[in-house]
Amino acid sequence: MSEPGRLLAFLIGIIAFAALNAAYLVWVERKGAGHFQRRIGPKEVGPYGLLQPIADGIKLMTKQLIVPEGADAVLFKMAPIMVMVPAIVSFVTIPFAEGLQARNINIGLLMIFAFASVAVLGILIGGWGSRNKYGVISAARVVSQNIAYEVPMLLTVITVVMITRTFDLNAIVNQQMGGFWHWNVFRLTASPLMPVAFLIFFVCMLAETNRAPFDMAEAESELIAGAFTEYSGMGFGVFFMGEYANIVIGACVATILFLGGWDCPLGFLPGVHWFLIKMYLIIFTVVWVRWTFVRTQFYNLLNLSWKILIPISMFNLILTSALLKVF
Amino acid sequence: MGTQDIPSAIVRFAALDKILALGRANSLWPMTFGLACCAIEMMATGASRFDLARFGAEVFRPSPRQSDVMIVAGTISKKMAPAVLTLYDQMPEPKWVIAMGNCAISGGPFVFKGQYGIVEGADKLFPVDVFIPGCPPRPEALIEGILELEEKITGTRRWPRVKAG
Repeated sequence: MSEPGRLLAFLIGIIAFAALNAAYLVWVERKGAGHFQRRIGPKEVGPYGLLQPIADGIKLMTKQLIVPEGADAVLFKMAPIMVMVPAIVSFVTIPFAEGLQARNINIGLLMIFAFASVAVLGILIGGWGSRNKYGVISAARVVSQNIAYEVPMLLTVITVVMITRTFDLNAIVNQQMGGFWHWNVFRLTASPLMPVAFLIFFVCMLAETNRAPFDMAEAESELIAGAFTEYSGMGFGVFFMGEYANIVIGACVATILFLGGWDCPLGFLPGVHWFLIKMYLIIFTVVWVRWTFVRTQFYNLLNLSWKILIPISMFNLILTSALLKVF
Repeated sequence: MGTQDIPSAIVRFAALDKILALGRANSLWPMTFGLACCAIEMMATGASRFDLARFGAEVFRPSPRQSDVMIVAGTISKKMAPAVLTLYDQMPEPKWVIAMGNCAISGGPFVFKGQYGIVEGADKLFPVDVFIPGCPPRPEALIEGILELEEKITGTRRWPRVKAG
């Protein structure tokens, strides 16, 4: 296929993938919540409640859009887009399988983390621009939370990059081919703390995407709906979709960095299905964690980052660099 | 205020209207908002035994901007009435109201000659779509109320009606 045609196909594919995931992860979330609480969850709207996201979408799209009096209309309308767009753009460099990648950029990993921090800005200006005290409190919380969790996350990623010696996601996956003992999680010769690094990355991913138990942005019992308080209809819907798209990106990055991308655990028949299986397993774990743990206190959240995660990931970084120097 | 007549649109798209109504009826997000003991029954409705989630109505949104139906669950005291009215005004259209329990319908057991603290019914404040009697109504009654509201929106009932007795 010609280059413009290929890019167009990828553009449509990526947007469809992101939107479908955002819609149906809500269904997974609600169904999962139901079963974790010994309920059934949505079941009457379509078979197994599968039409539920469509009904929600129609409802949200036809709902009145309110821009509160005194709000900064430009920032207010821009914020949901600024959460959604970086997530979709990040899909460009994600290699789903050999050759199934829109653009292979040799600093792909760097690009994803650069765009991930733009999403935080989206929530910040959403809370700030809506002229709502809960929104402003939530915006302040989101920023301090994301600063706190960006540090251990990036330290962990630097550790991985030091081992793989590249920012190129395709190359990172290709290094891990040939069975689960080659995956970065189990690369104990490079650093014995790699499983811990994966755990730290996962916890930071939860915090970065504002998922419970770290959902300080949308702490219902304290802050109404946090930064989203004043958003009605599709404004809120886009925020919601952006959150789920960010979770998908986080799961993709975790799969690529630690779980060997599209590699089969036993070393045969690699392909896009393995990538999707690993990705959805991580996403399922994210849902599972949400409905199992209660929301942490804000101080505990920051303490966990600054007192536990950052020292451990720093130690891991130093240990890895020492081992790399020695061997 | 009482009930008000909303004029129907001049140009109508029958199929589109139907799809919109179906979408709205199947994702009625209530507001996290309880006034008195009826709210306990409302919580039970959302929990595992009765499971309001089956109809896609379990997404209790804490912000009035994102909720579609306001379940007035309990006694509206005169002090609370302005807050309830504000919440109703903050909800974006289209919005519906369910008055749950005798207090929200008419003041319930608190109505007597010379009472000064209670608003005698949610319909004194804003239009109400569905009234659910009971003190408090059982969770099944609230689910029936939600089904009744769906019938009001779409014009068709989800399941055939069962006659009591």
